[in-house]
Amino acid sequence: MCANRTALQEVMDEAAMARTIARMAAEILERDGGSLMLVGIHTRGIPLANRLARALHEATGQKVPVGSLDITLYRDDVGPWRPAHQQPVLKKTVLPDSIDHKVIYLVDDVLFTGRTIRAALDTLADWGRPLAVRLAVLIDRGHRELPIAADVVGKVLDTTRDEDVQVRLAEADGEDGVWIGREVKNAG
Amino acid sequence: MPVESATALARKDVVGISQLDAGEIQLILDTAGELLEVAKRPIKKVPTLRGSTVVNLFMEPSTRTRFSFEVAEKRLSADTLNFSASGSSVSKGETLFDTARNLMAMAPDFIVIRHPHSGAPHRLAEVVPASIINAGDGINEHPTQALLDAFTMRQRFGSLEGLKVVVAGDIRHSRVARSNAFLLNKMGAEVRFAAPASLLPLEVEELGVHTFVRLEPALEDADVVMMLRIQLERQKRINFPSMREYFDFFALTPERLKLAADRAVVMHPGPMNRGVEIDSLVADGSQSVILEQVTNGVAIRMAILYLLAGGRSEAASDS
Repeated sequence: MCANRTALQEVMDEAAMARTIARMAAEILERDGGSLMLVGIHTRGIPLANRLARALHEATGQKVPVGSLDITLYRDDVGPWRPAHQQPVLKKTVLPDSIDHKVIYLVDDVLFTGRTIRAALDTLADWGRPLAVRLAVLIDRGHRELPIAADVVGKVLDTTRDEDVQVRLAEADGEDGVWIGREVKNAG
Repeated sequence: MPVESATALARKDVVGISQLDAGEIQLILDTAGELLEVAKRPIKKVPTLRGSTVVNLFMEPSTRTRFSFEVAEKRLSADTLNFSASGSSVSKGETLFDTARNLMAMAPDFIVIRHPHSGAPHRLAEVVPASIINAGDGINEHPTQALLDAFTMRQRFGSLEGLKVVVAGDIRHSRVARSNAFLLNKMGAEVRFAAPASLLPLEVEELGVHTFVRLEPALEDADVVMMLRIQLERQKRINFPSMREYFDFFALTPERLKLAADRAVVMHPGPMNRGVEIDSLVADGSQSVILEQVTNGVAIRMAILYLLAGGRSEAASDS
């Protein structure tokens, strides 16, 4: 199951990613002023939320709280829906403060089917009643299976369903960049 | 060497610690660590097991374990059916297998079973397709108790490796002691059993533990002191002269607790008999983690239900 990286084409490099995140932060500020909280979705939504928070802090001098959300228990393919012995490993949900009366920005790297975001909305609903929930994603690659749209998008990528979009972030993967392409799988 | 966590619990049932390997134990403990958080939310419930049915089949009295399972099931949104020996067809002479076959007609996904006969959950696991979780069988095993004990120790000390754990009291009739011995040995802790010789199991050497017939030497430098209740209901004759004498020699008193390490914690699987195996000053003292054990028990049972839950719908078997 080893992906062949040479079949991938880089569509966003480190510098472009930095510019994109700065622009996303500016868009967040344009839309919403006070009582913001950024909530990153495991795994790569969390470093992205931290970078957005840093950009917001630089722009306004205000610290924006950042949380992390594990949606596993709310997924539509866990529990009875999952093949035997393949339950995903759980991760931590940490919300720095009550989400009541705040504008929550869910942050994720790629918006694809929308199922993750559906699960994230259900997760948040069990934690409180925010003023509003918005969605910020670095990449929107289309192919939605649910009526979900992002409010702040870094880049829209035109993809086919079976193409692979890889967002790599220094915090998780050792480098910054976005690659697209068809994953070539080894037969074994 | 730290134990590497397994990536999945690749089994249908959890009937005993003896069947689990260290990686699987680690996975259950890690998963419980994440699930502990559900109890701190405004809404203490997640939808993961909605539509799943759990039968709680308790053929022996239980309050804490039954409630703990029931809370765990409800926090995961499963539907629960409670079945107890008294007031049921069992008291009318039905066998375990007939009871189970009839319950299977209701298509439960899980059966949590407590039974007075050792091995009953294992036999049941062979004949029904539901996942069986052992909630205590005779004098054999009580795996979820050992797991919640281990979780509580790990919460306090970070790791189980090298911990010196004393289990004292009626070990002969204790499935908790057996499950703890299996688990702690697998995870690299040192287990010391302390009991009057008449309350030690017959083949205690096979459990790989150090045995003591006095409490004091066992307590030396101990990190964990787990006291067990005298199980009068499992003894045809009393194996010691009197309760008073038992207290004098084997109860955990503040003075005896001083022999243990300064950081030592006191545990008890409940129900406690204050003034028999444990002094109230110790049970309610600052070193007691007895109530933490109860809280952690819910998370451990949620973890097992979660990890066993896959592969039940036709959609899952198709993919």
